[in-house]
This record gives sequence, structure tokens and C-alpha cells, in this order.
Amino acid sequence: MNNSIQVSCSKKNLKPIRDFVTEYLNRLDLSDILMNQIVLAVDEICANLIIHANQEDPSKQITLAIHKQKDTLKFEIIDNGVAFQQAKYKEPNIEEHIRIGKKGGVGIALVNRIMDKVEFKSGNSKNTCLLYKKIK
Amino acid sequence: MPMKITREIKDSTIIITLDGELDASSSVMLDEELSDPEIMKYSKILVNCKNLNYISSAGLGVFISHLQRFEDAQIKLIFFNMQDKVRNVFEILGLDLLMTIVSSYDEAMTIADE
Repeated sequence: MNNSIQVSCSKKNLKPIRDFVTEYLNRLDLSDILMNQIVLAVDEICANLIIHANQEDPSKQITLAIHKQKDTLKFEIIDNGVAFQQAKYKEPNIEEHIRIGKKGGVGIALVNRIMDKVEFKSGNSKNTCLLYKKIK
Repeated sequence: MPMKITREIKDSTIIITLDGELDASSSVMLDEELSDPEIMKYSKILVNCKNLNYISSAGLGVFISHLQRFEDAQIKLIFFNMQDKVRNVFEILGLDLLMTIVSSYDEAMTIADE
């Protein structure tokens, strides 16, 4: 079974990425809610990479690979854009976002709350994001 | 077409029906819809989520960014018919406590009239 997909950095490619993850997860007999959460976490990372790290430049690519290790799913997302600085990340205050009418900045919070482990690694102009989710 | 948005007017209520998936790409459409000055003429905005099959932070962000403006104008924003998996995404961020989400159209209309 094909476990990886590569797309160019266009927001239009988020849907094919979600479809790819959904198709992979379909055989694992997960609940609707869990399946949606996992698809969402991958979508959020890919959206950030496409929009922020690669400025929606369609000449650039991101690659997603899914690995299953016993009862844990591992998602590996690779790009060559601007590295995400995890150390500078601050959890959003949603009530403050509402007060000031802020549109963005809650995606990584969703990923952190859904996934069991989230890692960002950078080197040699390559960035790797690893997401781990235990499914049993 | 990833997202279809339709409007229906009932007296002082506008019902916005979302059909499809709200992601970083399609949420721009929703933002344009909610930014339309025409919407501010109504005292209640009901959002029918029956066929909203997916929402990402970009979609949530659109609602987050307009909520205070509607509240300041005393316009009620009420979601109804939301699928469990979509409601779960609101819950992960605690948005179910900051926004009004009810199960049915009738309930939405009752709350809207309060």
C-alpha cells in the first residue's frame, strides 16, 4: 500500500492530502471522531508549511509519509521552506483572539492537543515534522 | 467546489447553510460571506452545519474573528445541526463554551428569540 504523497505548495492541495490520509486510515477501523482528529492534525501542519514556510510557492513541494509501528501511527512531513521555531511557540488565548478578532494562530494548538507527540527537526535546508498518535 | 454557502432570510434572521469542507483554502469564502455588510441588518445569524463535513483552524478562525463584532452589534450567532466530529473540533479548543451550538433548527430559533 502506498504510504506517501508529494504535493506542490498550493492550498488547493490540502484536500488531496486529507483524502490520502483518510484512505490510509479507513482500513484501521477508527471512530469517526478519532479519524477526523488525525486528518485535521496532518492538515494543520501541511497548511502551515504551505502557507507560512513556503509562501504558497507552487514550485516548492511537501512530502507526507505515514508509518504504522505497532499501535502507533507516525506521520512524517518534509519540506524545504522556513523552519518552524517550536521554542518561540506560545499557546493561544482563544478569548483574547475573540476580543481582538484574530483570524489565525490556533492550528498548532489543535495539533498539540490531538497528537501524542509532535517534533520539529531542521537541518541542511530540510525540515521534518513528526506526529505520533497511539490508536489503541 | 469544496464549499458551498447559501443564504435564506426569515424576517430578522439570516440562515447560512454550509455545505462541504472548511479548510485553509475554502475558508476565504466564508470570511467574505461574514464580512458582507448586508449581514449586519439581521439580529440573528443561524449557521446550518448539517452538511459541514470538515473544519480546520482556518474555518474556526473565521468565526473567532467575527464573533466579537457580531456581539458588539447585538447579533446572535448560533450553530445548529453540527456533526459530532465537527463539534469535537470546537470542543478541543473550548470554543463550544464560547459560542452557541445547539442540536436543531427549532432550538436555534427558540434561543434566537430569547
